[in-house]
Amino acid sequence: MTFDFDRVELTDLSRHFGRRKAVARVSLAMHAGDIVGLLGPNGAGKSTLLGMLATLVAPTTGALTYGGKRIGEVGEGIRGRIGVLAHELHLYPELTARQNLEFFARLHGLADVEALVDTALEQANLADRGEDQVSSFSRGMRQRLALERCLLHRPRLVLLDEPFTGLDDRAVRLVADRLKRVAAEGAIIVLATHDLDVADGLITRMAVVRSGRLLCDVAASAGIRQQYRALVESV
Amino acid sequence: MRFFRVALLVLKKDFAIELKSYEILSTTLFFAVSCVAIFSFAFVKDGQAPVDAAAGILWIAIAFSGTLALGRTFERERYGETLKALLLAPAPRPAIYLGKLLGIVTLLFATEIIVVPMVAFLFSAPFFERPLLLVALLGLGTVGYAAVGTLFAAMLVRARTRDVMLPILLYPITIPVIIAGVRGTSALLASPVDEPVAMLWIGLLSFFDVVFVTLSLWTFEPLMTE
Amino acid sequence: MKKLFVPVAAITALMFAYAPIAIANAPYESTMRLVQKIFYFHFPAWMALTVSVTICTVASALYLFKGWAKADRIAVAAAEVTVIFGLFGLVSGSLWGRKAWGVWWQWDARLTMAFLLELIFFGYILVRNYGGPGAEKLAAAMGIFGGATAPFVYKSVDWWRTVHPKTSVMTTLGETSPEMWFVVWFCTFTILLFMGLLLAARIRLEEQRAALDELYLAAED
Repeated sequence: MTFDFDRVELTDLSRHFGRRKAVARVSLAMHAGDIVGLLGPNGAGKSTLLGMLATLVAPTTGALTYGGKRIGEVGEGIRGRIGVLAHELHLYPELTARQNLEFFARLHGLADVEALVDTALEQANLADRGEDQVSSFSRGMRQRLALERCLLHRPRLVLLDEPFTGLDDRAVRLVADRLKRVAAEGAIIVLATHDLDVADGLITRMAVVRSGRLLCDVAASAGIRQQYRALVESV
Repeated sequence: MRFFRVALLVLKKDFAIELKSYEILSTTLFFAVSCVAIFSFAFVKDGQAPVDAAAGILWIAIAFSGTLALGRTFERERYGETLKALLLAPAPRPAIYLGKLLGIVTLLFATEIIVVPMVAFLFSAPFFERPLLLVALLGLGTVGYAAVGTLFAAMLVRARTRDVMLPILLYPITIPVIIAGVRGTSALLASPVDEPVAMLWIGLLSFFDVVFVTLSLWTFEPLMTE
Repeated sequence: MKKLFVPVAAITALMFAYAPIAIANAPYESTMRLVQKIFYFHFPAWMALTVSVTICTVASALYLFKGWAKADRIAVAAAEVTVIFGLFGLVSGSLWGRKAWGVWWQWDARLTMAFLLELIFFGYILVRNYGGPGAEKLAAAMGIFGGATAPFVYKSVDWWRTVHPKTSVMTTLGETSPEMWFVVWFCTFTILLFMGLLLAARIRLEEQRAALDELYLAAED
């Protein structure tokens, strides 16, 4: 549980499904404070890449290390340092917001669950809706709750798969601000999306993937749309 | 200790969800009752049912409704991809399996509490001559069936064809449980009660349970990594 | 293994050619008469099945825990061979049953067990073909549980119905008719070799497929 790391490195990482290369020889290093935008069209291999980072999908070849150590060396404790928010929100719609958070806090073996959950509800702007079933929430509310759920255990590595789908502008801004704060506290954030407008101004680095391959990995500047287009067309 | 805490936590979570709607319990129960009715039509002749058929019908109802319960339980975990969230927690994965298994077993026990007296009533089957033996047969049989079923349902969550695959894979593997359950229960229905035969099947069931629960706990971790 | 294939195939072919002669020359069994000759196929088929089930289970476990791709190829080959010999055994058993019991199918212990094993390994092939991506792991679970359930199937159907001759039939046969005993074992050995060949050919096919996949992947680079 105490294992911690400040960088994640992918070396020649590949995952094949039969003849299909979901991810092909991706090398990438990420450090604390980075907000890496994993950009690319649908089916580019973003989800598989996130799955491998989350320890859910085993790589076919290549190495994936957390602070220089492979998964086999650090054991299941590593999962206590990773937070995942997928497109499917990892919430039980039948349970209340509070029950959801409490369950996952206990599952992670966290201490002082009550206080933790209160803060999380506060952060999600849902303090007054804690006793309501998640199924009664709007997409935006669920998304905020899901984000707090994945940040509950203060993960070092935060993996987000299209976290902005179905959110209105205000909600997008709230989520983006929250992510910036988390990164400032020393987390590594990986954000997979095909929505460039949202990523603009949030991400600090831009990793573009297409057909499982990493096309480039550069520091993101303002106006990444032009940058993205220039990059994709030049390759 | 953390192992059992996690298992219990998962079990309690499943309870909390189920208690909101009683959806799985009520549908499973209704399905089990329908099974009993349908199979009764097949066996009843001139208003009388062969006593032997009662044991078979009971176990078929348990097996079929068990598949339904398994499918629904894991559909819940698939819907928000919460199964992935469970696997992502820094908790021993076999403990998560155990929690899910306990949930299914409890659900099936609840079904049996209704279905067994119902079969006894409809078929005038003297199920309760040896209540302890009956409980042993039902308990061990249910655990064995659910042990394999939980593992298979969990691993099929990521397969597109899960709805057809679950019964296809589960029934052949758990046939020994069904045979033991049916034979053991009909031994209880014989008059006088054929105790040695019932004990023979209880022995086989216990052995089956030990082997298959161990095997499931052991294979759950590698099976859940893609 | 490739080098051995041809000589072993030649030996097996010779043994297959000699088998009918051996079977014809074996003593005539007085109660079952000509039908008894089925036994020379029936028993070896089950021996082959036992071996292939074991191979499939062990290979599945190795694949699941060690992740050896080779073990997975062996497991799928063994599962398919199991289904083939299961069919052999079922058909020959059914023919025998027609003569011995007057019906094509009897819910007797061994028949039921054979039928169930056949179902399990059909399940293996089904899940592999229709399980989608990652179906190898699902199939491996089927292989392990199939192998583990086999002894239970054996025991449970044995206690359930017992019409079929007990396993001791071979020991008594050895005492009463050593000639028959010899021919049975000759046939068993032949079929086992045949099974080995099928297995090798099937594994080779899987290996070629894997190699082809590799080439496809390499060609993309």
